[in-house]
Amino acid sequence: MKIAVCVKRVPDMDARFRISADGTSLDEAGLKFDINEPDAWAVEAGLQLKEKAGQGEVVVLSLGPPAVQETIRKALSMGADRGIHLAADRIPFDGFSIARALAAELKDGAYDLILFGKMSPDSSNGIVGAIVAELLDCACVTAVSGLEMADGKGTAKRELEGAQEFVEFTLPAVLTVDEGLNTARYPSLKGIMAAKKKPLESRPAQLGEPMVTIESLAMPPDRPPGKIVGEGAAAVPELVRLLQNEAKVL
Amino acid sequence: MDDSLYFGEQHLAVRNMVRDFAREEIAPTAAKYDESGEFPWENVRKMVDLGLLGIPWPEELGGSGLDLLAYVSVIHEMAKVDASHAITISAHTTLGTSPIFNFGTQAQRERFVPLLASGKVLAGFGLTEPSAGSDAGGTRTTAVKKDGRYVLNGSKVFITHGGVGEVFVVTAVTTPGVGTKGISSFILTKETADRAKADAAGFGHDDSLPNTPGFTSGKKEDKLGWRASDTRSLNFEDAEVPEENLLGEEGQGFLNFMQTLDAGRIGMAALALGIAEGAYEEALRYASERRQFGQAISNFQGVSFPLADMATEIEAGKHLVYHAAWLAEHKKPFTKQAAIAKLFCSELAMRTTIKAVQIHGGYGYTKDYPVERMMRDAKICEIGEGTSEVQRMVIARQILREMRD
Ligand SMILES: Cc1cc2nc3c(=O)[nH]c(=O)nc-3n(C[C@H](O)[C@H](O)[C@H](O)COP(=O)(O)OP(=O)(O)OC[C@H]3O[C@@H](n4cnc5c(N)ncnc54)[C@H](O)[C@@H]3O)c2cc1C
Ligand SMILES: Cc1cc2nc3c(=O)[nH]c(=O)nc-3n(C[C@H](O)[C@H](O)[C@H](O)COP(=O)(O)OP(=O)(O)OC[C@H]3O[C@@H](n4cnc5c(N)ncnc54)[C@H](O)[C@@H]3O)c2cc1C
Repeated sequence: MKIAVCVKRVPDMDARFRISADGTSLDEAGLKFDINEPDAWAVEAGLQLKEKAGQGEVVVLSLGPPAVQETIRKALSMGADRGIHLAADRIPFDGFSIARALAAELKDGAYDLILFGKMSPDSSNGIVGAIVAELLDCACVTAVSGLEMADGKGTAKRELEGAQEFVEFTLPAVLTVDEGLNTARYPSLKGIMAAKKKPLESRPAQLGEPMVTIESLAMPPDRPPGKIVGEGAAAVPELVRLLQNEAKVL
Repeated sequence: MDDSLYFGEQHLAVRNMVRDFAREEIAPTAAKYDESGEFPWENVRKMVDLGLLGIPWPEELGGSGLDLLAYVSVIHEMAKVDASHAITISAHTTLGTSPIFNFGTQAQRERFVPLLASGKVLAGFGLTEPSAGSDAGGTRTTAVKKDGRYVLNGSKVFITHGGVGEVFVVTAVTTPGVGTKGISSFILTKETADRAKADAAGFGHDDSLPNTPGFTSGKKEDKLGWRASDTRSLNFEDAEVPEENLLGEEGQGFLNFMQTLDAGRIGMAALALGIAEGAYEEALRYASERRQFGQAISNFQGVSFPLADMATEIEAGKHLVYHAAWLAEHKKPFTKQAAIAKLFCSELAMRTTIKAVQIHGGYGYTKDYPVERMMRDAKICEIGEGTSEVQRMVIARQILREMRD
């Protein structure tokens, strides 16, 4: 089984963000970056499938500036076999551009499975995997939290509101991975040493013209300060009045 | 300290992994093991799987094939979260495995290092005796050669991994009356005292290691800190060791363990630095969240100045530790720098953890916050692998010799 995993380099979401001078991107100074967590689950899923089959190849792709090679290396140190870096000045916001570049690379790769994380928290689009499936004309299952492969077919579990859904899909397929499928392994020291020697090719990403661009970014408005309306039972009528008339939640 | 001073891409990959691992896997269980004093077999199993018990040894011998800087950064990162887990790596690697790697014959290396570097079994180093602590040259344990075997009698105290471990390097007097020149080292093996837990965890015992008759471990010490680390006495009653388990030449034991301790000090310095930095990070976070007098307590100079002092001293400690490690890695003399780093960082760990508890107020005095554990864990850094007084003796000896030369 030949498996591709597409991974994104994302900033640590606990950081305090600043908007850079151009007004349309984040100031990356001082931010820490790592592999998008759902993408790490996708890498883990690929590795587990390969280990179970006892053969196969796991190829990791990432699109973006040279720094994304570090993200690819992390996936290689977890155990993936080789990496492909699609070079671009920055990671575009437009999911379609990204998907087009990935699909151009994946098209002739004869992959049985192409895995993505469900979403990345920095752009919260969650569309790249699905668009790649469309462009490659193959099956697509999103938000997979359980996975079985047998006889050239797959079964995936999806969490719905109050229910679980099981779907069967044909190969080749694109899956986007949700929480619950697995826990990503830590790269072992041996894995980190081995990653250094694994092949990592870099070529320009065929992005094309973006169809969606960011016009402006703004920080969320400051929350208005809290208000203490009084103490004990005496404060209740005023509180109710404010909740009805000002907050309009009652 | 800028990372590029000592670290390449791989060092950073290792550090990032260990940072995540320590925060996600070790931190949530540290208080539990501190409370119970049990050896954390399950956590150590995970450390074994990641290759953390054989960091600096070559891959051919089952190690991870990294260098001393990577090793030191792992100890540093682990100790930020929990000192007991960090000392497990350090005692096993620098005290237990390194003498065999450095002074062993080809046969001894091939026999023992793969078992230790892969983390299959745990190792320890038996030097301290009831009447030979700081004065480690005052070893009383004897080894008498008889029919191709050495017969050991005596005892060791405070040996890290004394119970859980299976392979030990111990010192004993082979030629009485000639002082330190009469001390030799031996490799002794026995079955782990925690066999059931080792089996459940899937490591910690190897059938190929003979149980040396007359070699036993005593009861576990109930300690102020490092409570999840296994510290016990080792006893030798006519313990018979085959001749081929002599490590290095007869009479070389003292010189060899002095070298082992030299290098060990860098690990201990990194461990102390980690405790200090872990406590500092806790205090920094707490001070910016805790409000008194209508504002964050970090607004008060009485709180922010100690934080500034901690940050300053920790920065200095990093330069001392990584520079000493760099010297050792590059085979340059490092005895003085290692002792300086160990002295400075262990006293730093004590000062910093005391301040961190202070900044936490009453909450810092309870087990709801990790700083009281860090304060207890810090103290031993001023005692183990040479007390602070011994470090001053080592440093004084070096600087006075430098002056004379
Ligand atoms: C948790 C723990 C783990 C340990 N692990 C190991 C291990 O794995 N292997 C091992 O071999 N040992 C181990 N030790 C032993 C440790 O190395 C010794 O405790 C240490 O070297 C001090 O020796 P001592 O306890 O006999 O103290 P002593 O040597 O009796 O010292 C008592 C005090 O006197 C001071 N002192 C002694 N001589 C002088 C002097 N000449 N000038 C000024 N002051 C002096 C000391 O600095 C100290 O303050 C461990 C100890 C502990 C507590
Ligand atoms: C074992 C124990 C027993 C206790 N028994 C009692 C009891 O019987 N009755 C009782 O009422 N209380 C009791 N206490 C509570 C104790 O008095 C408080 O913990 C103590 O007054 C500190 O308050 P705090 O813990 O809220 O720390 P905080 O007030 O939050 O202080 C945190 C840190 O900030 C510093 N700080 C705060 N404000 C300033 C400032 N303006 N300038 C400079 N530094 C500042 C403090 O000095 C401290 O280092 C007990 C606490 C413990 C741990």
